[in-house]
Amino acid sequence: MEKELLTVSIYTENFVGLLNRITTIFTKRHVNIESITASKSEIENVHRYTIVVRESETLIKKIVKVLEKQIDVIGAFYHSEDQTIYQEISLYKVNVENVNNSKFKEIITTNHAKIVAVEKEFVVIEKSGTKEETDKLYNELNPFGLMQFVRSGRVVITKQKMKISEILNNNKNN
Amino acid sequence: MEVQTQTKPKSSIKKTIRITGAEALIKCLLAEGIDLIYGYPGGAIMPIYDKLYKYQDQLNHVLTRHEQGATHAAQGFARVTGKTGVVFATSGPGATNLVTGIADALIDSTPLVCITGQVASHLLGTDAFQETDIISISTPVTKWNYQVTKSSEIPKVIAKAFYIANSGRPGPVLIDITKDAQFGELDFVYEKCKAIRSYTPVPEMDINKVKAAAELINNAKKPFIVMGQGVILGQAEKELKALIKKTGIPIASTALGLSGLETDHPLFVGMVGMHGHYAPNIKTNECDVLIAIGMRFDDRVTGDLKRYAKQARIIHFEIDPAEVDKNVKTDVAVLGDVKVTLKALLPFVNETSHIQWHQEFKDLYELEYEVVIKDQLNPKKSGLTMGEVIEAINKYTKGEAVIVSDVGQHQMFACRYAKFTRTRSKITSGGLGTMGFALPAAIGAKMGVPDREVIAIIGDGGYQMTIQELGTIFQTKIPVKIVVLNNSFLGMVRQWQEMFFDRRYASTKMVNPDFVKIAEGYDIKAKRVDKREDLQAAIQEMVQSKEAYFLEVVIEKEDNVFPMIPTGASVSEVRLE
Repeated sequence: MEKELLTVSIYTENFVGLLNRITTIFTKRHVNIESITASKSEIENVHRYTIVVRESETLIKKIVKVLEKQIDVIGAFYHSEDQTIYQEISLYKVNVENVNNSKFKEIITTNHAKIVAVEKEFVVIEKSGTKEETDKLYNELNPFGLMQFVRSGRVVITKQKMKISEILNNNKNN
Repeated sequence: MEVQTQTKPKSSIKKTIRITGAEALIKCLLAEGIDLIYGYPGGAIMPIYDKLYKYQDQLNHVLTRHEQGATHAAQGFARVTGKTGVVFATSGPGATNLVTGIADALIDSTPLVCITGQVASHLLGTDAFQETDIISISTPVTKWNYQVTKSSEIPKVIAKAFYIANSGRPGPVLIDITKDAQFGELDFVYEKCKAIRSYTPVPEMDINKVKAAAELINNAKKPFIVMGQGVILGQAEKELKALIKKTGIPIASTALGLSGLETDHPLFVGMVGMHGHYAPNIKTNECDVLIAIGMRFDDRVTGDLKRYAKQARIIHFEIDPAEVDKNVKTDVAVLGDVKVTLKALLPFVNETSHIQWHQEFKDLYELEYEVVIKDQLNPKKSGLTMGEVIEAINKYTKGEAVIVSDVGQHQMFACRYAKFTRTRSKITSGGLGTMGFALPAAIGAKMGVPDREVIAIIGDGGYQMTIQELGTIFQTKIPVKIVVLNNSFLGMVRQWQEMFFDRRYASTKMVNPDFVKIAEGYDIKAKRVDKREDLQAAIQEMVQSKEAYFLEVVIEKEDNVFPMIPTGASVSEVRLE
């Protein structure tokens, strides 16, 4: 089965320990999580996890069913790359001594990055975009002496509707 | 003062009382109709035990001799009654000792509510005395778990726990309660949980799927049903019987489905799987429609999946959507409660008979009888066989007993040879294969159905894994019957060593103590049988005993259980010898 980059979106109640319950479902099947983010969602008191994995669709389909089976999981879905709009955010810490030249400024401009902090010893650049875009900036900034680099997990909006409110209403009326 | 224009209807106003979290927990249990708890006290759960003392006229607490024993006893109780088993344990080792039983309950869909005491909330995460993170430990093996740190949470959380444990596909729930939440006070009022917004216990039935299933069944020349424990859990025994009566379809069972249909039903063709009967395994790969009802295509049932029922259209009646297409791709999946879906199916299926097809099963049974069964029931060798012991039990119980078996060769013999006339009569550790399950589970089963005969059949290995529960029998005087089939080996592992590891018997030989003396130490009537001529009388004496009874039967040492599907082989490669 061919592995592909898939995004799993999980809507849950906001309880302590739920992250552990979710991740063990992946680890039990020896699936490595590429990235994970957790935040509030569009619905009040509903949490949303976005997990990116490189796996076969067959296995992820089964995992999504097991996720859905968890009591505090309201709904779980998976999507391929073309069904999502996604962004990642990267921060780059660069030595201040190396940035005072036109080449550096040009890199910031052409990459649509921005400087979010200037301190005595370093500046911090922020760039959001796809992995390819933040990687490109990484490669271009590397010669200037990267002191730190960090990239967030993917945050995703799906083109398809995820009917969370409907699920919540249905179960309430049971 | 404002004029009161509307008064709330009386029923919606519930009076609260001010009590401690510990007492609230006890009141929650009483409100849920619980009158039996298995457990073991310790520091972090003492406030609850202290309140239990106050309510001991309403709640019977059975002190097992180990927390694992408490979980298995609660499982045995739950499996024979369908009610939720309740377990108490303290923090730390008390809680970790529950894990095996909880894992067993999850994989075998058994409703349990386990209450563990926890260190006070201000000590959480400090490596306090007897602190263990039981929530993280138990997460992968529970249907739901939750840590209570405030006494006010107790009524709602316990109500949820009982609702979750015994709705939909049942399973174990663990609630961890910190000591300060047990001591703290709350305004208590109890309301049963009826729905949880994030949880759909039973998926809605799609009548079109039912019709599609009926069409496949009606057009089938060689249909074959495999039933699982779902039939028992869903209390769909009658609906299933009506279906086979109308359609005449041959039916086999998984190990856990046994007793859901009486063994002597004319359409019953035995057990499927690794040590199941010959015909149902062979015919799995010859049928044209395979109808799976409340079972999950476990690897011990299917053998090599790539060669499992490839010629057949597959229909799966199932409550848990995650089981559909997990191992075997279905053509029609009918989700829902089997009691409902089978009832809905009945009017759509044609009245048929499959006499010729059924005869093919009978022919293969004759072959299995000649090669395997005959020698088990009427052995030529001098040593006793497990099969003849089970057959003797059948004779004296008339198939009406609850048979609780452990794990290993004796378990497979019990599944293959025991006769059942009533549902919920075969209790065993199926999915997890937990040695040590049977003795405590039999105690729980007997407490669940005190009017029925309950017989534990255990190997000499598994018996010694929870042998301490003889103490529970001694203290409660519960009249459970124990048969240890002693072949002085870990028989199943030895059989594999014989067949697949060139008879290198690594660490499978058991040097055993005097089991009769041990039982007598607990004041349990006990006997050892090692000759064929003594077997019948001993079984009869055991069955007739009004008290607990221990019977050790010395078995032929190197006997094997057949048929067998070797690991990785197809069901059609099942070996008779």
